[in-house]
Amino acid sequence: MNKILFGRYIPLDSFVHRMDPRSKLILSFLYVIVIFFANNWWIYLLMAVVAFVSILASKINFKLFVDGVMPLLWIIAFTMVIQILFGTGGQTYWHWGIFSITSVGILNAAYIFVRFTLIILISTLLTLSTSPIQISDALESLLMPLRKIHFPVYEVALMLSIALRFVPSLMDETETIMNAQRARGVDFGTGNIIQRLKKIIPILIPLFVSAFNRAEDLATAMEARGYRGGAGRTKYRLLKWETRDTLATLVYSLMAIGVFALRLL
Amino acid sequence: MAITFKEVTYTYSPGTPFEFQALKNISTKIEDNSVTAVIGHTGSGKSTFLQHLNALLKPTGGTVMIGNTTITSETSNKNLKPLRKKVGIVFQFPENQLFAETVEKDIAFGPENFGSTAEEASKIAKEMITLVGLPESVLSRSPFELSGGQMRRVAIAGVLAMHPEVLVLDEPTAGLDPGGRREIMQLFGDLQKKQKFTIVLVTHQMEDVANYADHVIVMEHGKIVKEGSPRAVFANVEWLHEKQLDVPASTEFAFEMQKRGFQFTRLPLTESELADDIADFFKKRGQTHE
Ligand SMILES: Nc1ncnc2c1ncn2[C@@H]1O[C@H](COP(=O)(O)OP(=O)(O)OP(=O)(O)O)[C@@H](O)[C@H]1O
Ligand SMILES: [Mg+2]
Repeated sequence: MNKILFGRYIPLDSFVHRMDPRSKLILSFLYVIVIFFANNWWIYLLMAVVAFVSILASKINFKLFVDGVMPLLWIIAFTMVIQILFGTGGQTYWHWGIFSITSVGILNAAYIFVRFTLIILISTLLTLSTSPIQISDALESLLMPLRKIHFPVYEVALMLSIALRFVPSLMDETETIMNAQRARGVDFGTGNIIQRLKKIIPILIPLFVSAFNRAEDLATAMEARGYRGGAGRTKYRLLKWETRDTLATLVYSLMAIGVFALRLL
Repeated sequence: MAITFKEVTYTYSPGTPFEFQALKNISTKIEDNSVTAVIGHTGSGKSTFLQHLNALLKPTGGTVMIGNTTITSETSNKNLKPLRKKVGIVFQFPENQLFAETVEKDIAFGPENFGSTAEEASKIAKEMITLVGLPESVLSRSPFELSGGQMRRVAIAGVLAMHPEVLVLDEPTAGLDPGGRREIMQLFGDLQKKQKFTIVLVTHQMEDVANYADHVIVMEHGKIVKEGSPRAVFANVEWLHEKQLDVPASTEFAFEMQKRGFQFTRLPLTESELADDIADFFKKRGQTHE
């Protein structure tokens, strides 16, 4: 369980960590959108450079990013294979029924590989350098305009931050329950599909029971401390846009302009 | 069945920023048919140590010998099931592992996993529920309708039902009322005398250590900092206080009396020892005054 690093915040003190979570969120989105406009290697090179500079500025060990990409390698590989087998155009090297391997197919597969990797790197950078609570604060602040159309912004942000907060707790709890059932003779990872599914019951039921109990306790504790959501509630953590956010926005905007300029090549 | 630790280290999440060495160079032996108490400050690695006793965790370095089976970091997860039958673990807050529709089915879960038939298992469930001091009528109820203390007893019954040779208990009485605590400890004590098995328990109740344990292991920051008989370990009251640990109330009382000039040949561990010492003192004084 502890090997799952995706979404685990690494507390450090760096340029990226100190950025306003709103600017990080917006810039990550911008990056992901812009990369879909890439159509030649110069653009990918530019975007890769921006990604690596951002990673360097976060001071987070690069190995953690590699670990973040690894679990998704299968999905990337699968998409690449599809692209190679079904892509058409350019020179044809091999052909069989509806399958064909062409130079354009291979090129597109290579693009997809780079695109996926860069997207994963940049989103891993966001989650590793921003605590879940900051992300939900940022979302709340960014979604504020939606209140005009009666979207329950506060409630959604609260739900999100509670959910994010309890992911690690539930993972630890799953591990404990699995160990307790192992001690009573359950052998996870053996048997056919049906047998394996049956073994999930002794994990799921205690997990649900404890999640419900936890939810109830949490609600009681919040009420006891006078929680009342919505308008008028002041914040302990204030979000503040600083020079470094403007600087980062500038860099990413230049990158976006650069990308659209390079598209004309 | 004896269990031997040789230079065991254990690291949680190695190779990540969350890496944490919870056990450092642990070497010790749990003797056959003994009662071993593990004490130590919260976070000192007691639960981590216990999970090595039936290979739920495998050492990162060093070896654990459980009976004739050797466990190292390379041991495969297959074929550990027979071991798990021999070493039963009651986890900290075991009520969190209950899941079946009825108490009976929950207790029968362990035996059935180890190959008992449904009838055998339900017979065992009946025996066990009486053993842990609950009425048989509880068997047909849902475990989730019971009180915390009753759930605890059901969970303990679920582990006893596997008839383990070694019983490992992680704070089995935490959160129980004093009466329930005494009953549960009494139950383990009696079982140990009757059926001759090995018990390893973690507890913060030093009275339980004094009353039931043959051997005490003191842990701090993932290391064993002292081990020996309860008498040897509790002899150094000040050292234990330094480690933020208690001694039995009677020992504490005697220690305070000693500071005020009262003579003890050895510090008493239990109320009855303390009472004997005080009675002896007055008897002797009575004789000299006559
Ligand atoms: N799954 C885990 N991942 C990382 N670290 C862990 C994990 N489980 C425990 N630890 C750490 O290992 C250390 C020892 O934990 P352990 O649970 O063995 O302590 P303990 O002595 O049983 O404490 P307590 O008396 O509170 O039950 C603690 O510092 C804890 O933070
Ligand atoms: Mg513990």
